[in-house]
This record gives sequence, structure tokens and C-alpha cells, in this order.
Amino acid sequence: MSVPPYRLSGVVYGTLLNHRSALAAVQEVANQPPYKALPRAPVLYIKPRNTLASHADVVTVPERVEELEVGGCLGVVLGQAACRLSADTALHAVAGYVIVTDISIPHASFYRPSVPLKCRDGFCPIGPRVTERTAVGDPDALGIRVWVDGELKQSANTRDLVRPVAQLLADVTDFMTLSAGDVLAVGTAWPVPRARAGQTVAVEVDGLGRLENRLGGAS
Amino acid sequence: MKRARVAYAGGIHAAEPHTLESGQTGLRLADGRIVAEHEVVWLPPFEVGTIIALGLNYADHVKELAFTKQEDPLVFLKGPNTLVGHRGLTRRPAGVSFMHYECELAVVIGRTARNARKADALAHVAGYCVANDYAVRDYLENWYRPNLRAKNRDGATALGPYLVDAGDVPDPGNLELRTLVNGRVTQTGHTRNMITDVPALIEYLSAFMTLSCGDVILTGTPEGVVNVNVGDTVTCEIEGIGSLQNTIAADALFGR
Repeated sequence: MSVPPYRLSGVVYGTLLNHRSALAAVQEVANQPPYKALPRAPVLYIKPRNTLASHADVVTVPERVEELEVGGCLGVVLGQAACRLSADTALHAVAGYVIVTDISIPHASFYRPSVPLKCRDGFCPIGPRVTERTAVGDPDALGIRVWVDGELKQSANTRDLVRPVAQLLADVTDFMTLSAGDVLAVGTAWPVPRARAGQTVAVEVDGLGRLENRLGGAS
Repeated sequence: MKRARVAYAGGIHAAEPHTLESGQTGLRLADGRIVAEHEVVWLPPFEVGTIIALGLNYADHVKELAFTKQEDPLVFLKGPNTLVGHRGLTRRPAGVSFMHYECELAVVIGRTARNARKADALAHVAGYCVANDYAVRDYLENWYRPNLRAKNRDGATALGPYLVDAGDVPDPGNLELRTLVNGRVTQTGHTRNMITDVPALIEYLSAFMTLSCGDVILTGTPEGVVNVNVGDTVTCEIEGIGSLQNTIAADALFGR
């Protein structure tokens, strides 16, 4: 997949519960079964290649699904192989940043991997372009806005990440190597806005532009 | 037909098994060169797309882990960082108490599948290989379990040695599996004991995601997973598919 000016590897990881509002939302249930404890390591998931979509692509709402969650995320684009980064220097491995719209069928349980809910075709628009790291400044101070049909539904900021970008990269690359062109989406704020077929969703991140997609019905 | 991908003399090559003059099995590279098995670095035998893995897909293994049967298949994904070929190394972190192999039949998609039906699902299969889907249970957490720290580790998905054409495997539901650790059999099973069999898995998955050429489904493991230690040689075998060898390596080798 290409998102100018980069060729992405097509590997996209998402991060669950990495925005303080999202972690706060599970605080009460986290110590009960089936979770039994708050997460220790970053909770990641994979958005596989069938989910990838571009700016202006139509995203299909599956049959018998009323609404989709539209998660506005900062995506970190790796510029080199990254293994065991230290938080001090982790950002040196970053080529740039891009907007990721992380789409899911709404679900209340985070116990099992949510592949049927997060990995539908087209559920991961990325774009409109990768902005070089040096043009972005501090990735932990970026406003993120989610719009549905022109109405502002969420306004969040990466300053509220549980693990700031560099720390997340350090903790993730302690157990898995990321490669050039991989994208790590650093997490959505809570509650995640929802939209239906026929509506247009847009995510803006300060300095990265606006990623817009229409939701279409299943034909 | 069996196909391997190997690195040899500075290039990456398609290769086939070839009987050497000595009587041993070697490889014939696509460009005609004949080489011994140990002269090559074995890569996963195809260009790997999305790696889809199944948990708890054998009744006996479900019992072993004291789980009740799932309503839907338990599906998780793995990334390309996890891939290694035949005779590869997989790191065991120092200080963990339970790292285990999982011998699995890997089903490789050869033709795009969307809303495939069980009855003709196997027409979407290019072939099969052996998979070893490692886990470090010490790192299991109950958020999107099995979580990536337990499963998505570098080198934790061994694939190979060969991709065996689907045409040479009349029934993927009639294959014996076994794992040997240092030559001793520790796991045995049979693909007939899958809870959701190969055609049903392709139907289930392709109902919500398009499967493309090179996507691979790791179909789960039977009972008999045991801890492995640094230096152990782990051999996963599936009848008619192959024998996939892997060695457990220490942190020190990775500069840790």
C-alpha cells in the first residue's frame, strides 16, 4: 500500500486502551473476570491487509450492523527496523506520521481477539499522506478530531496517551520487531464515535490533514 | 509437488526436493543448481500474507487447557516479524517458566476467497505446510487473549519446510500430526479432531474478510504442548506434508 510519499509495508498494528479516557472506561471491570487485572504490556491488535483503504474510499457497513465505531488515531510510520528501542531515542526510528481511521463493529468485551469485528474489508483507512517526522514536532501534543457528516463528534489529544509515542515504541519493540513502513496506531479516545451507512466520517490530526471516508451499505 | 524457498549464494530461490547421488535428499534450485539441504537457509516456503491462527481448535487440547468449547472459532492474527523457515531459531526469554510449541496444519490460500462455501472451499487452497506456532504463557493476559506479547514474538511462527500442492493432499482432515522434542515424541494428534475443519474455517473466515493468495490459516494444535528450553530441537511433523525443525535459542544470542 502506498501513502505518498511512502510505500507502506501493509503491516498495521493498533493499540487498545492507550488513551486515558479508554483506560478509565474499563477501570471498574478490569479487576473482575474475565480480565482479572489491568493490562501490563501494551494491548495490540493487527489490522490485516484486507482492511486497508485510502482517503475517499467507501467503507462498507456489514449486513445486520447498524453502526460502526470510528476511531480517530495517530499512526506512527516506522522508517527503519526497530527492535528494543529505548524511549529516549525511539523517535529516531520514525519516518513520519499519518492518520488512521480504525473502524470496528461495536463490542463491549475485550477478552478475546476481535478479528471478526475489527478486520472487515476496508476497516482501516490510512491517509491522506504521510507527513515527515521533522515536520510534525511533538507527537504527544496533537489534537485529533472526528467528524460525522460535518458534525464534530470527538475532540481528543495525544497528550492524554497512557504510553506516549516513544514509550509505546519502546515497550512494543521489546517483544516484537517493527520494520520500515509498518504503522503503529497509538490508540483512540473513549467513547469512540459511531456512524451509519450513508454518513461521511472524517478524522483530522493536527498537521497531518484530514482523512475522509463515506460509509456505504452492503449491496 | 513440493516447493521450498531458500537463500543460497546471495540470492533467494524457489527449490524442489531432489535426490542427490549420495542418496540423500537435497534441493534443485529453479535455476538448475543442485545443493545439499544444509547449504541453504530455509525461508517460509511462500510469500506470506495475512497470518490467521486458531486457538482451541482441537477437542483434546481444549480439555487440556480446561476451557469450554467456543461458540465461534477463536481467531487471532500474527505479524510478519514472527516468521522463520525450516531449521530456524526461536528465542526463549530468560526467566520465563512456560514456552511451548504448537504443531499445526497451515493452509495456504491460492485463490481469493470471499463468502466461500464449505462444499467448494478447498478450491481456494494452494497447498499446505507445517507450522509451529510458539507461545510464551508467562506473558498471557486477558485482553484480546491470546495477546501479542504471548504470541506475536519474533521467530514465533515457523513455516515449512515445503509448500505441498493441494492436489497432493486429498483430505486435509485425515492427517496425523506429532511433535518431537530432542527426538522424543511429546505431542500426537489427528486433523480429524479439529473442532472447525479446514473447509468450515475457510467458509467462516471468508464470510467476514477477503482471503487472498498467500494468506495462511494456522488451524490449531492438539493436546501435548510441553515446555521447551534453550538448546532443544523441536520437530513438528504432519503426515504427507513434512517435518519442520526448529531450535530454541537463548537471549545471549540476541544481545540481551
